[in-house]
Amino acid sequence: MSISVQHISKSFKKVTAVNDVSFELKEGELFGLIGPDGAGKTTIFRILTTLLFADKGTATVAGFDVIGDYKEIRNNVGYMPGKFSLYQDLTVEENLDFFATIFGTTIEENYELIKDIYVQIEPFKKRRAGALSGGMKQKLALSCALIHKPKVLFLDEPTTGVDPVSRKEFWEMLKRLQQKGITILVSTPYMDEAELCDRIALIQHGKILQIDTPQEIIKHYPKKIYDVKADNMYRLLESLKSFEHHYSVYPFGEFVHYTDKREDFNPQELQQYLATKNHQNIKIEITKTTIEDTFMELAK
Amino acid sequence: MKRFIGFVKKEFYHIFRDKRSLFILFGMPIAQILLFGFAITNEINNVDIAIFDKSNDATTQEIIQKISASKYFSIKQNITNEAEIETVFQKGKVLAVLVFEKDFKKNLTKDNAAKVHVITDATDPNTANSITNYISAIIGSYQKEINKNSTLEYQIETKSRMVYNPELKSVFMFVPGVMTIILMLVSAMMTSISITREKELGTMEILLVSPLKPFQVIVGKVIPYIFLSIINAIVIVLLSIFIFKMPVQGSLFLLALESVLFIITSLSLGILISTVSATQQTAMMISLMGLMLPTILLSGFIFPISSMPLPLQIISNIIPAKWFILILKGIMLKGVGLCFIWKETLILAGMTLFFIALSIKKYKIRLE
Amino acid sequence: MKNNNVIEVENLTKKFGNFTAVNSITFEVKKGEIFGFLGANGAGKTTAMKMLIGISKPTSGKAQVAGFDVFTHPEDIKKNIGYMSQKFALYDDLTVKENITFFGGIYGLSRAKIKEKRNELVEELGLQDIVNELVGSLPLGWKQKISFSIALLHSPTIVFLDEPTGGVDPITRRQFWEMIYKAANNGTTVFVTTHYMDEAEYCDRVSIMVDGKIEALDTPKKLKEKYNADNMNDVFLKLARG
Repeated sequence: MSISVQHISKSFKKVTAVNDVSFELKEGELFGLIGPDGAGKTTIFRILTTLLFADKGTATVAGFDVIGDYKEIRNNVGYMPGKFSLYQDLTVEENLDFFATIFGTTIEENYELIKDIYVQIEPFKKRRAGALSGGMKQKLALSCALIHKPKVLFLDEPTTGVDPVSRKEFWEMLKRLQQKGITILVSTPYMDEAELCDRIALIQHGKILQIDTPQEIIKHYPKKIYDVKADNMYRLLESLKSFEHHYSVYPFGEFVHYTDKREDFNPQELQQYLATKNHQNIKIEITKTTIEDTFMELAK
Repeated sequence: MKRFIGFVKKEFYHIFRDKRSLFILFGMPIAQILLFGFAITNEINNVDIAIFDKSNDATTQEIIQKISASKYFSIKQNITNEAEIETVFQKGKVLAVLVFEKDFKKNLTKDNAAKVHVITDATDPNTANSITNYISAIIGSYQKEINKNSTLEYQIETKSRMVYNPELKSVFMFVPGVMTIILMLVSAMMTSISITREKELGTMEILLVSPLKPFQVIVGKVIPYIFLSIINAIVIVLLSIFIFKMPVQGSLFLLALESVLFIITSLSLGILISTVSATQQTAMMISLMGLMLPTILLSGFIFPISSMPLPLQIISNIIPAKWFILILKGIMLKGVGLCFIWKETLILAGMTLFFIALSIKKYKIRLE
Repeated sequence: MKNNNVIEVENLTKKFGNFTAVNSITFEVKKGEIFGFLGANGAGKTTAMKMLIGISKPTSGKAQVAGFDVFTHPEDIKKNIGYMSQKFALYDDLTVKENITFFGGIYGLSRAKIKEKRNELVEELGLQDIVNELVGSLPLGWKQKISFSIALLHSPTIVFLDEPTGGVDPITRRQFWEMIYKAANNGTTVFVTTHYMDEAEYCDRVSIMVDGKIEALDTPKKLKEKYNADNMNDVFLKLARG
């Protein structure tokens, strides 16, 4: 096991940030902690990177205990904290060189590992980090976290606040790193990124709701979901919620995701009901379940 | 070691690329010294004084003549009894009263010594001090004049007494004071800000999760500031010697050693501040309110300690700057050696050890 | 202003020195519409929005917001719009009640009116238990719902939302969008700037800014058809990659 977390709990004053969390990562796995702000993701990262003590439970990273062997862990992991923003007043090259130096290595020594990522920002290596775009900063931060060839990589919300193009590129980079045998624990509030991980843990209020592959998690969703659409969204929501057989009603982009309490639900019936409520251009279609639907069902 | 040097290098980049810190580092000392140097001037002009001549003989007349002939003083009044001294001061008519003893000339010729008393209104201590100096100088030159024509050594003893403010600050006091403040500011505030900046940026988390040892991070942060503070101290001393002609009486080497000690004291205070504050803003507030204000107000730099109420006098003892100012005063103004200031040095060293021990205890290798 | 447009923008441009942050954009927003204003960081959305809410003067072009010209009547615009940003929402060290009173006061509502509005709001959001709690102690989702309601307190013609739902849990986020739909249904125009593409899916129409220009403007559905994409994220990727 590359990372093993057993019954970890952590409270800050009155607030329970992490509540009896357990999970394991195999070597070379890309594992996602998926949950909103305040779910406890950052606290878990800090416990695993030896920055915080857990109140209860045990954890090991790369075979080392997070409390007893914290020095070994600090030599063997790469960490990109959530609000990490590098040294704005140092250039790209100086930043990378600094992190290489403090980890007792050089850029040349591990260039192979970061090459893919670094070549994209190398043309700007004399530019100050503060003057880089969000996407480039993120690439530099990843290069810095990788420069000492860590066995395990911790990425706390690396794609928050980054535009879609950079997000996509970032995940492609993670896939390539995974192929090089690095275990990666990544957290994100974006449900749509869940499907890019090997396995995920859905987390809210410090508790893990479910752990599995994204495909299995979706498969276990107990209901059929229907996309419902009509001209006036607000009225549609009101009508659906007052439909006696509704189980859940959630706006979902241009549609409403509707589930029914009954097993033998017939969409025709709903269509007629909505027509009596004077809705125009009603459309009802069965749709694919997403991680977000599952999350909402579990978090209910 | 390579890691450590890399770290120190990075710190220097930060300092030299931040115009604000560069200004605080180098603009402030120069600006402060010049400001204090020119604002507190010891020039006096046409000061009103009164004469109480108990002797009224040829010699005293000659001296009075000389004083009134100078452009510095104008004699406003002649006083005939002791009680009047108090009244003229209270009415604010004059800033000084010159009292010649009885039988001034007779004493001078018979015993080769005579006494003149300069009583000054020291509500404005700097002016009072200047007045005393000028009068002493005039009397001194008169003394030389009469000695030239005589084989005997005539001594006129000028005694001064300052009313209302018994301990007088020298005009040169501003140099030790400013130096103390600058070193405190640069060392304590700048280090605490630079450490908390890493916390704010989130880079402190990375540094903690790196093989760098915590003390390497701290020492690495501190080294550039030791270096810069020393440069600052040198600049201040040079400015005061060459621009303000301040005599440095004691050993420059001892001065340097004591300054390094005080720099380390301030740095350890800076580290201590950074362990208790999470943001640059808090660090700055604590440095300004918790260090600068007491340093300016309670160290004896501006307000003499002996005229403070007792509780403040007691509190002033825990202010490192107080001891450093005493040391600087000793070395720069009085020219004393270590045997006279060992007590102050020891106190300062003790404080430093205490702050370092406390910061090590408070510095966390984790985030809590 | 013709028919029922509440925002009309024509060739609006903002230059900073040689740099053109907003390059001749043209669009209009209808009353009661939920309009998504998308773009990557640095694409010029913030600059454009600052011009529309009357705190930045355009270099050239024309723009009317809530019936007022941005060049000549920026102060009138400010009175007729509401604004909510994720970065700055409410004062953490004031209670919910004090926040409502404060913001009501800023927009010149009378005491009686503030009280009336406050009671409405408490009723609607079910705030009875937390109305005297400090805002800082509330979960993020609550803060956002309250701050949206406060932005609507003075019944503005248009409400501007700056990245309103980033990082919120999926359920709260949907409650938030239900509030937006309700406001729009009541005739308030909602102008959402965001770089979260999944927020865009909820809008009636969206515009996508790339390098200071509006490169696409339509309903999410039509944009997805046009770019043959599954979701707005893909639309954006295809647009940005040219």
